[in-house]
Amino acid sequence: MKIRLSGRVFLSWLIIAGLAGLFAGPATAADTIKLGVAGSHSGDLASYGLPTKRAAELVAREFNAKGGVLGKKVEILSEDDVCKPEVATNTATKLVSRGAHVVLGHICSGATKTALGIYKDAGIVTMSSSATNPELTQSGKYPNFFRTIASDDAQAKLDADFAMNVLKVKKIAVLHDKGDYGKGLAEYARSFIEASKKAKVVVFEGITPGAVDYSAVVNKIKQSGAEAVIYGGYHPEASSIVIQMRKKKMDTIFISDDGVKDDTFIKVAGKAAEGVYASGPKDTTKNPLAIAAIAANKSTYNTDPGAFFLNGYAAAQALLNAIQKAKSTKYEAVAKALRTYPVDTPLGKIKFDKRGDAIGVGFSMYQVRNGVYVEVTAAAPAAAKKKK
Amino acid sequence: MDYFLELFLGGLTRGSIYALIALGYTMVYGIIELINFAHGEIYMIGAFTALIVSSVLAFAGMSGLSVLFLAASVAIIYSAAYGFTVEKIAYKPLRQAPRLSPLISAIGMSIFLQNYVMLAQTSDFLPFPNLLPELTFLESYGLMIGSSEFIILMTTAVSMVLLTVLIKFTKMGKAMRATAQDRNMAMLVGVDVNRTISYTFIIGSVLAAIGGVLIASHIGRINFYIGFIAGIKAFTAAVLGGIGSIPGAVLGAFILGWTESFATGYVSSDYEDVFAFVLLVLILIVRPSGLLGRSTVQKV
Repeated sequence: MKIRLSGRVFLSWLIIAGLAGLFAGPATAADTIKLGVAGSHSGDLASYGLPTKRAAELVAREFNAKGGVLGKKVEILSEDDVCKPEVATNTATKLVSRGAHVVLGHICSGATKTALGIYKDAGIVTMSSSATNPELTQSGKYPNFFRTIASDDAQAKLDADFAMNVLKVKKIAVLHDKGDYGKGLAEYARSFIEASKKAKVVVFEGITPGAVDYSAVVNKIKQSGAEAVIYGGYHPEASSIVIQMRKKKMDTIFISDDGVKDDTFIKVAGKAAEGVYASGPKDTTKNPLAIAAIAANKSTYNTDPGAFFLNGYAAAQALLNAIQKAKSTKYEAVAKALRTYPVDTPLGKIKFDKRGDAIGVGFSMYQVRNGVYVEVTAAAPAAAKKKK
Repeated sequence: MDYFLELFLGGLTRGSIYALIALGYTMVYGIIELINFAHGEIYMIGAFTALIVSSVLAFAGMSGLSVLFLAASVAIIYSAAYGFTVEKIAYKPLRQAPRLSPLISAIGMSIFLQNYVMLAQTSDFLPFPNLLPELTFLESYGLMIGSSEFIILMTTAVSMVLLTVLIKFTKMGKAMRATAQDRNMAMLVGVDVNRTISYTFIIGSVLAAIGGVLIASHIGRINFYIGFIAGIKAFTAAVLGGIGSIPGAVLGAFILGWTESFATGYVSSDYEDVFAFVLLVLILIVRPSGLLGRSTVQKV
């Protein structure tokens, strides 16, 4: 009896607290423009998510210094999804219930895909700095989605063309990590290679992320006589494969994606990383706005910008600018503003096409030389952008 | 044929990696019927300790075998201390509790240790220096088997022999076997059961630490999560061979390693885990207690 009583008391407290929350919620929501930031802020992929979060904070500070957006201060609501689809739905629900007006995120394609439905139902414009899965924009399922990074098929085309036209290899092994991002990229690369008929895909396989070693798959690559490997996935597995290939004294060329174009890859793979190719967003660090953003990051957080920092910066600017231009936080108005008004960002002047892809944002090929990624100039990137 | 041999050796190396960890699972299970989920974490802590020690030593200008020796020794001592402490904190108070309680406690310990290392160290992947020496006599076979693979194989073999000697011929081994057979009876005839259990945990942790140092050197990178994945596979190997049986754990680990290696080599790495677990299910259908499970072989 006693237990039941205290249970009831607890329940009534809960109801009171809930009601208080209901009344308090809208009252504070009116005071600020809430910019939700979702992505991997902890866990093994934190190095992809934290730069975008820092960028959002810097942009919010910049807007606030100029008097905010629509006369209101910008507030950052940050939620961690550790790049896991199953966590991302919670993250998205949380942001919606906390009253986010627009969302910058998520970071990984898989997590973004599961979260987008929730934002769509809530009528929230969502913009990712790094989710490159083509379907996100091309399927037409998510009219609320925008991104400041080019999609995987553009990247896969660049990787495949680079291997066939610049490096002139004839036999290519295509690997992926079975994830949305890696597998998507690998499948596009395979279809581009097969369509061009300039080279043959000799191995096409998914590996198990996190396995203790990859010697079997490395043996298979060796056995197949592949001259180059195109890998779709992230840096932890890529570094393992590269290290094991070099240990076996294989000089097979390794080409990968922007999941590998991360300084952590070079740090972990060390000497084995030398000569590895990875495609990544075009180098815009010479843009004056980019220089300013990187300098602000350095003086505020005292770290290097990191992966997707400028994309995150551009996305935050585009979102807030669109609210400003639309004079509203309503979904239709913001989406229309994003498609209509160009905005100056560290990535250059950008606006968005009908599907939500940023116009004028593309990829370049990089190579590890003496422990840093250096942009490789080639004829291929120009061709990569046209046919999408 | 060369290809087959390469896959065979690759599977053998992978199997030895699993075996070093699986032994810890099977020993603890054999003696107190507890699945020690924190065991993978002990392996991870061993690797981290070796990384820290070797970085400090490299900074102080040391190199070569002495670094390996010192780093491995510190890692072994440190991991053994962790194994000992985990047992005292998480399992000993629950010795008379229902069997599910220590299991939950073990999972909790595993999550705690993972997050503790993540917060105390970093969540990023860290490069692990190759501490293992390059064996020159292997050079002509370099394409078949690398130095680190060879060293892993040899270490596993030596550990196995030492472990068998320890269990068969020493007083402590006898106490372990007695405790495994009947804890209460062992206590009545004067075996210090608590001490015996502590020793079991320490030996298991030592093996895990050795595994941690070798495997991290072989793979070249570590983070706080490596223990979980390796632990799951090693646990599978232990079940496959018959949990509680030491030769069983080793046999199970090799079978698992070969299955994965050949599945990748001849079919596709997409199905690596599928083959491994299909095999596990098939074996458990035919022999529910594992290949060398308790009905045929004396535990521990």
